[in-house]
Amino acid sequence: MTPESVIRQPLVTNGKTVHDVTEDICKRVEEKPAPLWLLSLAVALGLLAVGGYTVAITLWEGIGMWGLNKTVGWAWDITNFVWWVGIGHAGTLISAILLLFRQRWRMSINRAAEAMTIFAVICALLFPILHMGRPWIGAIWALPLPNTYGSLWVNFNSPLLWDVFAITTYFSVSLVFWYIGLIPDFATIRDRATNKISKAIYGALSFGWDGAAKTWSRYETVALVLAGLATPLVLSVHTIVSFDFATSVIPGWHTTIFPPYFVAGAIFSGFAMVLTLLIITRKVFKLEDYITIQHLEMMNIVIIITGSIVGIAYITELFMAWYSGVEAEQYAFLNRATGPYWWAYWSMMTCNVISPQLFWFRKIRTNIAATFILSIIVNIGMWFERFVIIVTSLHRDFIPSSWGMFYPTLYDVGLYTFTFGLFFTLFFLFAKFFPVINMAEVKSIVKSTGEKIEK
Amino acid sequence: MSQGSDFLVGIYDDEDVLLKGIKGIRDGGVKIHEVYSPFPVHGIDDALGYRRSRLSIAAFLFGLLGTSLALTMQIGMMTVDWPMIIGGKDYLPLPSFIPVTFELTVLLAAFGMVGTFLVISNLKPWAKAKLFDIRVTDDKHVMAIDLSKNDLDEKAINKLLVSNGATEVNKKNFDEL
Repeated sequence: MTPESVIRQPLVTNGKTVHDVTEDICKRVEEKPAPLWLLSLAVALGLLAVGGYTVAITLWEGIGMWGLNKTVGWAWDITNFVWWVGIGHAGTLISAILLLFRQRWRMSINRAAEAMTIFAVICALLFPILHMGRPWIGAIWALPLPNTYGSLWVNFNSPLLWDVFAITTYFSVSLVFWYIGLIPDFATIRDRATNKISKAIYGALSFGWDGAAKTWSRYETVALVLAGLATPLVLSVHTIVSFDFATSVIPGWHTTIFPPYFVAGAIFSGFAMVLTLLIITRKVFKLEDYITIQHLEMMNIVIIITGSIVGIAYITELFMAWYSGVEAEQYAFLNRATGPYWWAYWSMMTCNVISPQLFWFRKIRTNIAATFILSIIVNIGMWFERFVIIVTSLHRDFIPSSWGMFYPTLYDVGLYTFTFGLFFTLFFLFAKFFPVINMAEVKSIVKSTGEKIEK
Repeated sequence: MSQGSDFLVGIYDDEDVLLKGIKGIRDGGVKIHEVYSPFPVHGIDDALGYRRSRLSIAAFLFGLLGTSLALTMQIGMMTVDWPMIIGGKDYLPLPSFIPVTFELTVLLAAFGMVGTFLVISNLKPWAKAKLFDIRVTDDKHVMAIDLSKNDLDEKAINKLLVSNGATEVNKKNFDEL
């Protein structure tokens, strides 16, 4: 038998067999934690502790600790929220949309990408919750419950409420999608476990999975339908996040281009974060045979495409501001590029529009170091994009007497640090105790796309 | 008979051999109890004669439930219970209801379908897996044949398994299934 196609490169290299897949992935879970892993976890926990202090002070003293003022009432909190939600788009995109398109290169990266999605959405959720000031009251106001003054309900005309539904649905559906995929792999770890505790834990996690053909057949139906449901869901989430801005009357926010522009930006930043994490993971866990240069190249191609869409969106915004003839709109964009926040605007332009174009060169997009650096640059750029949209649109208010600037305090920085600590703590724990690669799916392609040619 | 059932367990190394083997064994007049695999094998449900799963229908019905619950909730709150004009919109601002309706449709469809899947497949945290061979979650495909449900005797089935590509044949007894 020959491989399915001689033109395509193998997705799993070095002649791995089905048993090798089990060995390579389970070994990471079973072996003693490596010193490098312990050190990384300690750093993440350190960030979590330092950031946790600022979160505690914010809750105790109130959000007056942040740098917000009457003019700029939304700044780092919403910037970070949108940034994290955007990052949380790649996982479900990879596992859902690429499943529908039958892209088999998704199989060795979807597990880690979905985990990243879930952790990023948890980080994102923290910001609106903390911005409520008193979240133990505010969180109730966000739910469709009657309040104490009669049965006055939540306002379903408000995009902020749509966001509550969109993000919680996205989070829970992504979690279920991820977990269903984990069940067969937990069963593999369960059947290899030698000590009682891990046998009990992975036994419970694997839900009594036995790999029956009937169950696999249902499992595949579930995966396909979930992918079909998650595809419009993932597009709806950032669309609704963009409605938070687009349905307002603020010049610079009030634009119809926002939904597609935000979705493209979300995929762009999500893939960049997946690249950052996977380049480290494949190195630390020696997964070079599963996450190959070809995988990285595919993701880089997605980055060029979405980065170019984002670039076109920026230029379209400028064109529409000029063409609309609305003076306030024209001023908002002129102020972005040449006002006091010009440095943020041009950082955004450089990082998001210019630097990803380097991936047109095959040498660069197949180079691991270059990919790693560019993936971080893209994420910096995407943070600036949200900062530019939010702060520069707000800081020049309608009346010049209320113009202002935003200066972050230590607590703004601390909160952002806290989410980094949380994100990396969760990711490192996941990488150690969960199978980082979807073993069952990768096993199913070992024969058809592996290098080994069967006699 | 109260001792449970005796099974003949055929072990396969390769999914293509397995698919051909299933056909050969079924053509030989033997009823297969179930085949267990470490990964989804393409075409195995057709080979075993399983019907297409109806879980997608369940998902659709749960989705419909989500749509109607979402619309009932929003119309009940905004139009019936406390009608108010917000932002110059109607008492029944249907376009505003679309995002939440969509999200709840997806939420109920996904959770309903996954819940149904877990229940009908008997997957739950306290369930104990009944494995005919421990290697099934690693790299072996396992075919179980219930001896009490077949007319052919053990020897004949054993021969049929080996001639249809099984690399090993073992005997296993399960108290209950």
